[in-house]
Amino acid sequence: MNETILNKLKILADAAKYDVSCASSGNKRPNTGGLGNALAPGICHSFTDDGRCISLLKILMTNYCIYDCAYCVNRRSNDRPRATMTVQEVVDLTIGFYRRNYIEGLFLSSGIIKNADYTMERLMLVARKLRTEERYNGYIHLKAIPGASPELIKQAGLFADRLSVNIEIPTEQQLQLLAPEKDFPSVLQPMNQIRTGIQLYKEERKKYQHTQRFTPAGQSTQLIVGASPESDQQILSLASGLYDQQKLKRVYYSGYLPVNDYDKRLPALKIPPLVRENRLYQSDWLMRFYHFQADEILSPEQPFLDLEIDPKLAYAIRNLHLFPVDINRADYEMILRVPGIGVQSAKMIVDARRFRRLTSLHLKKIGVVMKRAQYFITCNELAAHSRDWDPFVLRSHIIHESQSKYRKAGDTQLSLFHFSKPAKITSQPSMLFKH
Amino acid sequence: MAIILYDGTFAGFMTTIFECYAQKLEPTNICKEDSFQESLFSEHIQIVTDLEKSQRVWNGLQQKLHPRNRELPVLTFLSEEDGIEMRLYRFIKRVFNSRQRIDTDYADPDVLTLKKIERVVMRESMRILQFVRFQQTIDDIYFAPIEPQFDVLPYTLKHFKNRFADQKWLIYDVKRDYGFFYDLDQVTEMTLNEKNFSIHDGKLADNITQEDEATYQSLWKSYFKHINIEERKNLKLQRQHMPHRYWKFLTEKN
Repeated sequence: MNETILNKLKILADAAKYDVSCASSGNKRPNTGGLGNALAPGICHSFTDDGRCISLLKILMTNYCIYDCAYCVNRRSNDRPRATMTVQEVVDLTIGFYRRNYIEGLFLSSGIIKNADYTMERLMLVARKLRTEERYNGYIHLKAIPGASPELIKQAGLFADRLSVNIEIPTEQQLQLLAPEKDFPSVLQPMNQIRTGIQLYKEERKKYQHTQRFTPAGQSTQLIVGASPESDQQILSLASGLYDQQKLKRVYYSGYLPVNDYDKRLPALKIPPLVRENRLYQSDWLMRFYHFQADEILSPEQPFLDLEIDPKLAYAIRNLHLFPVDINRADYEMILRVPGIGVQSAKMIVDARRFRRLTSLHLKKIGVVMKRAQYFITCNELAAHSRDWDPFVLRSHIIHESQSKYRKAGDTQLSLFHFSKPAKITSQPSMLFKH
Repeated sequence: MAIILYDGTFAGFMTTIFECYAQKLEPTNICKEDSFQESLFSEHIQIVTDLEKSQRVWNGLQQKLHPRNRELPVLTFLSEEDGIEMRLYRFIKRVFNSRQRIDTDYADPDVLTLKKIERVVMRESMRILQFVRFQQTIDDIYFAPIEPQFDVLPYTLKHFKNRFADQKWLIYDVKRDYGFFYDLDQVTEMTLNEKNFSIHDGKLADNITQEDEATYQSLWKSYFKHINIEERKNLKLQRQHMPHRYWKFLTEKN
């Protein structure tokens, strides 16, 4: 038995790894006399060699699939090892891992077998078994299968913390091309249902305290970046719409990996577009934590993100007329917009300046990255740097400054153009606490 | 002018603060009693830990601190940094003596230093929650060794008690040689006289390990390997989130 389950786990983890969602956050579920609880910030329990976190046991129920989507590794025309887990096997695995503190919960998805209802039911059964028989209160994230009956999705939502429906391809036209068996309405239908469900149950809960909670950690989705020719602007405005109208908690961006390189509908990429993916995440963070609007980050005239500098710096350079910001007077919102000042520093600045006027030395100690911020702020003694700068010169100057650190000592050759190397990818914005 | 000795616990330290106010003491130093070296020329005062008094100080502090800084006294205390008691003593005195809140004055070097200590201790305690790995013994106890940089284990107990309420567990701080055992009802401090686990990788001796344990460990290891995307390899990022010093006791890294 052990050998077979080991084998199945290998196959189904391999099949699930391209879904990037991993957050275990957004819900505080107390332990009601059984095993487990959920913490609002979520916890990452390990990090794989690719630097991504393992928070949840992320597997597919099965990697058999009736669909043949061009971008998917599990498409039916691929010749790959296939496996299916039983409901009991998934439950045992989850509990065994959870008790050892390996994981924060379960993220269960599935290839489509027979039909959407049959698949959705099996996902729901796992969640129900965990909650009712094992008295498990840890995190559960289920995929809502497009086309499944509303009743099944409702049931799933009552047991799970989060549901997600993946859009994958950002425009309908491209989706038609790459996944002819799917369409936008079938994706949006469950998404709408979950949104209204959450609202409904929230209203109900205000009246009756004991109302069950429906998908308390909200819903999320994933967009594949680089498999189709959409611009960053199209992607971000879709994401912003999803946040505002569909009330999504998270949109994930997955840099396209050429898993099916024989398919001529897909671009031939050697390496995944990691820098672009990183810039998209940074923009996403700007929208969620820095109160930026999508159209402030990109515009139709400039549909792609600058790969060499981060979107916040790019915004500041494009809008030099808004700077310098007076650290001792400006409101929190404006301080948040200064490159080199994060949410934590901004809060500390607002707290600390009530006691005394802050100087650049204070800022540095608080943790502001002065190398960035100096061009965009004034404080007690620091002269305004920015007025004299031409945006283009400033951009290349900052890129040059940030790279000189990495330059070898002997490298004294004069260069006419500073902006030579592409920006190094640093890291995904802090993933320790997922929001 | 005196050196104050206390038992080294946070409650003991809070009692010390209480006594300093009650008896109008002006300590020159506050020391843990077991690390104190007797000297000829100084007198010292022994403080007896009193939970009620310590609770009163704690409650008083809670009213004077910004909501974001409510945990600051205990977290900084757990850092075990040299002289942290006196640093905290001065800070707490300022908090109590001033009419307005002073704990958000981050331009003040004393406050900022404590805030920075708080941040690293907080991170360490988060990492306990992340990287504890239990192994099941034949007595059905889930055992995990740890080696934290700071003495943060007591701070994390509430989390483990809430989460693993229906299983017995023992988390052991190998570096400080003490741990906490949960018996389905209460958490008690204890010291192991005999160590039935390897101090190199934390593995329990075979004869006291549950039979399923090895299976789950290999399942977990294999999951860890297969959820990785080779094309995206980024070891630097991995180390940034999961520094090398934790790998010793991580099942998936051994």
